[in-house]
Amino acid sequence: MKISIERSALLKAVAQAQSVVERRNTIPILANVLIEAEGDSVTFRATDLDIEVVDRAPAMVERAGATTVAATTLHEIVRKLPDGALVTVTADPASGRLTVETGRTTFSLATLPKEDFPVMASSEYASNFSAPAPLLRRLFDKSKFAVSTEETRYYLNGVYMHVSDSEDGKVLRCVATDGHRLARIDADLPDGAVEMPGVIVPRKTVGELRKLLEDDEAQIAVSVSETKVRFATPAITLTSKVIDGTFPDYSRVIPQGNTRRLEVDATEFAQAVDRVATVSSERSRAVKLQLDEDRLTLSVNAPDSGAAEEELAVAYADERLEIGFNAKYLLEIASQVDRENAVFMFNSSGDPTLMREGNDLSAVYVVMPMRV
Amino acid sequence: MPAFCRSCLTRVPKQRRCPSCGSPRILDHPELFDLSIAHMDCDAFYASVEKRDNPELADKPVIIGGGRRGVVSTACYVARIRGVRSAMPMFQALKLCPDAVVIKPRMSVYVEVSRAIRAMMEDLTPAIQPLSLDEAFLDLTGTEKLHGAPPAIVLAGLVNRMHRELGVTGSIGLSHNKFLAKVASDLDKPRGFSVIGQAETMDFLADKPVGLIWGVGQASGAALETAGIRTFTDLRRWEHRDLVARFGSMGDRLYHLARGEDRRKVNAHEPIKSISHETTFFEDTADREILDGHIWRLAEKVSARAKARELAGRVVTLKLKRADHRALSRRVALRDATQLADRLYRTARGLLDQVSDEGPFRLIGCGLSELCPAAQADLSGDLLDPQAGQRAGAERAADKIRARFGTDAIVKGRALR
Repeated sequence: MKISIERSALLKAVAQAQSVVERRNTIPILANVLIEAEGDSVTFRATDLDIEVVDRAPAMVERAGATTVAATTLHEIVRKLPDGALVTVTADPASGRLTVETGRTTFSLATLPKEDFPVMASSEYASNFSAPAPLLRRLFDKSKFAVSTEETRYYLNGVYMHVSDSEDGKVLRCVATDGHRLARIDADLPDGAVEMPGVIVPRKTVGELRKLLEDDEAQIAVSVSETKVRFATPAITLTSKVIDGTFPDYSRVIPQGNTRRLEVDATEFAQAVDRVATVSSERSRAVKLQLDEDRLTLSVNAPDSGAAEEELAVAYADERLEIGFNAKYLLEIASQVDRENAVFMFNSSGDPTLMREGNDLSAVYVVMPMRV
Repeated sequence: MPAFCRSCLTRVPKQRRCPSCGSPRILDHPELFDLSIAHMDCDAFYASVEKRDNPELADKPVIIGGGRRGVVSTACYVARIRGVRSAMPMFQALKLCPDAVVIKPRMSVYVEVSRAIRAMMEDLTPAIQPLSLDEAFLDLTGTEKLHGAPPAIVLAGLVNRMHRELGVTGSIGLSHNKFLAKVASDLDKPRGFSVIGQAETMDFLADKPVGLIWGVGQASGAALETAGIRTFTDLRRWEHRDLVARFGSMGDRLYHLARGEDRRKVNAHEPIKSISHETTFFEDTADREILDGHIWRLAEKVSARAKARELAGRVVTLKLKRADHRALSRRVALRDATQLADRLYRTARGLLDQVSDEGPFRLIGCGLSELCPAAQADLSGDLLDPQAGQRAGAERAADKIRARFGTDAIVKGRALR
């Protein structure tokens, strides 16, 4: 194999590959990226056995071929090469080395045989559709903060992507929860997605997927089966196993009967929460919200370190309420609001609280209060 | 060189026999009278007590341990010569030493002797940190004027007095910190007295295996081995930041211990770090329902202790021992600390469900660690488990009933499994 490739194209492809590779693993070949050159392009393939990413980059292929090399090392090298350089990559089967050359710099890297590289089995997808990048970006960006890291409830370690009914008909919906907060985000159902089986997309996959969604104009080809999900742009294909488990019935978690309505400027609210929480150094900082007519008092009382209080003018017309929350959870859901005021719907100080943006029901958040 | 006779406690010049009592037990060391941190460890404590109470046993191999299924908790030195060790399964011990006299532990007697030893130590210093019934750290810094003798002589007096008044012997390790004192007490058991001075610390440790470090067990030992660290010399080759990067907080400890540095104080009131309970089954079992019943009872015990001390914990541990004695343990960190038996049970049960090993098992244990005050625990509910609040309320109510009418006044059906 011998190819010449522009440094920035190489860097982009290798960067994506190396982020999939697990830093610590016991199978050496999994630390490698499979480089395959043919025609007028070169592909870079990396996997952790759960996720596989294939990145195509245009290159001048002098001699077709394939080999594998340590992904992180290759990434570090390419990153340090001068911008605009033309890089020549040559695999020498005799010595088993891969040479990376540009100008006066030459690297020679150990390789592992391409035959040992595990390629994810292709599978039949039950549903194939195309979705605009901004649509997927919104679905995952607004839900991923609520994904659980708790391994005993592994079925919560991802975003549940499925087709659901809403008041406006069928929608593509993403739900995530860790038992303390929940995010439910809806988007217009793309053509051809109605048959899609519901899948739990693992947290790491969501992170990798995000890199495919930067371009506002891009159309993402989405393929879904019971066991796998695939997202593809012309240059990158991301295939991932989905979490083998049943996502809990989240609909009963979303409170329907909360009537006490608080409307507040989300940015002001978030800043106030952040300010008062400063005095507490505990792991789970509790913020107390005291609601009186058109007035919200936020306070934190940490016996060991101090106390803080801040008042906000808000719209609230119900009877007095005192309720506590984990400051971090409040900040996270408040930061999801970007267009209108945040609307909180409370019941009692022990019941889950609902939050949404204005009257928009396409993004709904639920957060569990804590004793203060 | 400073030296004294361990039999009559007189200071003598360095020589083979004590000029005043003729005893050969002369101890000398350049820093002998400058060191003041000690570790006292009784010799085969339970067995010594049994031999004291029944002189016929004096020259017989004696094993203290429980029941048909039990393990050796203590073996006397006669049995140790035959290869019997603490924590060895009883059947194996009896194979090595079929004529051993096996005695069921009489804990109340040992506790009594232990209290008496404690009282003797309290005559010497208030800075005592008991590690168990039969061993303790003592800090004798600044007591020389009070006792009219340096710590070394005072300590030799302590073990002599234990032998005379209680009939048990102990070994002393004397050094300049806890780590080395503990290492020293083990160097020449039984009835030993070992000294590790400042000057020799580095040389002394150099070729010793890192397994000497308290807390370096099988797993961390293997991790160190992988990094090419077997001896203290290997360890010293590592920079501080590299050790921390590789081993986390343990790396920092390793760095300092490698150089014989240990800043921990002899602490009379060490705060408890974890609460746990375990049960060895009468018969090995693989039945998840039976295991489930045990988990509930253990969770209740752990919870009761946590509640009594107004503590809660963030980490729940489940421990299982297979019939072939291989142990496995699973742990999980909770988002919100707990002291409730219900949450403890559900979490431990979740851990059991993830154990793919089907057993059979001989032991199960359940524990709570990363403790914090109870006021910081169980603050928030679980969206996906709306009944949790009610169950917590029921548990608190049941606790009140038990406080008033006794522990058996109300139990869960699950506890009867």
